[in-house]
Amino acid sequence: MWSRVLNRHQTLRLTDLEGGANVGALFYNRDQLLDRLNLPDSLKAQHTAKLTAGHVLYSDMGHVLCSVAADSCGWHDPLAGHSTAALVQRKYGTSSFQEQRNEFHRNARDQFLIELGKWGLGKADLVANVNFFSKVTVDQDGAMHFERDNSVAGSYVDLRAEMNVLVILNACQHPMDPQSEYNPKPITLTVWNSDPPTVDDVCRNSCPENRRGFILTESLFR
Amino acid sequence: MSTLIYTESRLRPEHAVYDCTVPSGEGWMHEIKSGQTLRIVDLEGNQAVDTLFYSAGDRSDRYSAQDTIREQGSIYLTTGTKLISSEGNVLLTIVADTCGRHDTLGGACAAESNQVRYAIEKKHMHNCRNTFLLTVAKWGNGYTKRDLTHNINFFMNVPVTPDGGLTFADGVSDRGRYVEMKAEMDVICLISNCPQLNNPCNAYNPTPVRLLIWD
Repeated sequence: MWSRVLNRHQTLRLTDLEGGANVGALFYNRDQLLDRLNLPDSLKAQHTAKLTAGHVLYSDMGHVLCSVAADSCGWHDPLAGHSTAALVQRKYGTSSFQEQRNEFHRNARDQFLIELGKWGLGKADLVANVNFFSKVTVDQDGAMHFERDNSVAGSYVDLRAEMNVLVILNACQHPMDPQSEYNPKPITLTVWNSDPPTVDDVCRNSCPENRRGFILTESLFR
Repeated sequence: MSTLIYTESRLRPEHAVYDCTVPSGEGWMHEIKSGQTLRIVDLEGNQAVDTLFYSAGDRSDRYSAQDTIREQGSIYLTTGTKLISSEGNVLLTIVADTCGRHDTLGGACAAESNQVRYAIEKKHMHNCRNTFLLTVAKWGNGYTKRDLTHNINFFMNVPVTPDGGLTFADGVSDRGRYVEMKAEMDVICLISNCPQLNNPCNAYNPTPVRLLIWD
């Protein structure tokens, strides 16, 4: 688990070191924490049920929190949410720190609550999350399917902050991952200072909705 | 499109302990006791009803769209769907449905998202988030914007394609269709009867809904 403020126009790269990683993620406007990731708004504005390069993550106040500036993976899941203590126990069995020390099983909800707590946030702020590197498809009957082998070793996704953004992450397994083994995979995090998006930026121009989203976001900083 | 399954209720309106009509653009907040049944009737057809539920004893234990769809393995809500909370509790179970499919991916419309989706100049238009904000402000008891999360859109049709596209499709509801759910614990229900005029979620004509509760 990890949290940090990305300053506006810094880029965070998530890299899946071994393949098969999952990164649960939440995003908040650092300057107004109630201005927070809203996946329904993000999906309907961009007419998508997956996230990849060219997409952006919207807050519930119509602001662009982050742009997906680059992506070697192709599909990140915005639908299936995060694991809970009950789900992890059901899938992987009972586990405790007392018995297993730091090898004990973690669940994404608890990891989110720990990191949120460091910023004065709590359950009411824990909203629907993204799962980077994981793929869940929906068939014509509405049934959800976890697609294995979506992310290979070395896959990466670049998230460029378009505001000052609090990022909350954990690397717990995807809640629909069919593996019977508790086996969260390692990721690396890299942050660098990047250039502001140009007028012909791919995320800004991927749809008319995003052009308006960038206008609303940039107006905060004028 | 897949086949929709309809389930009718045997409950009769004359036996309801509560019966009201909510016009479009208005909100409603009410406690539903464990064991009571709530019916939402789409009086004139194709009306989106944006709905949230909270545990009556702890508003941070609230409806979770992601947990609900993942646990049932399907993005559509219909008869048999357990509405799951963020703490993994079953808030209510859908027990009757003559519409066949309800959305929980599309969220609520808001002034700011209308600006993004349609035009910067749309900010003045009435929207569900404003209704939610006003309704919880009047309800009090500590409810604020922090408690507004990703809702159900009863009677709305938002299909996802196998390649990950998402569309707001024409409704599958019609005049008099209803959905009914039984409370599995004491819950607070928050409704915005959607005033959206920019897309087909209300067939461009927002209309009233009827709400009934049985013991």
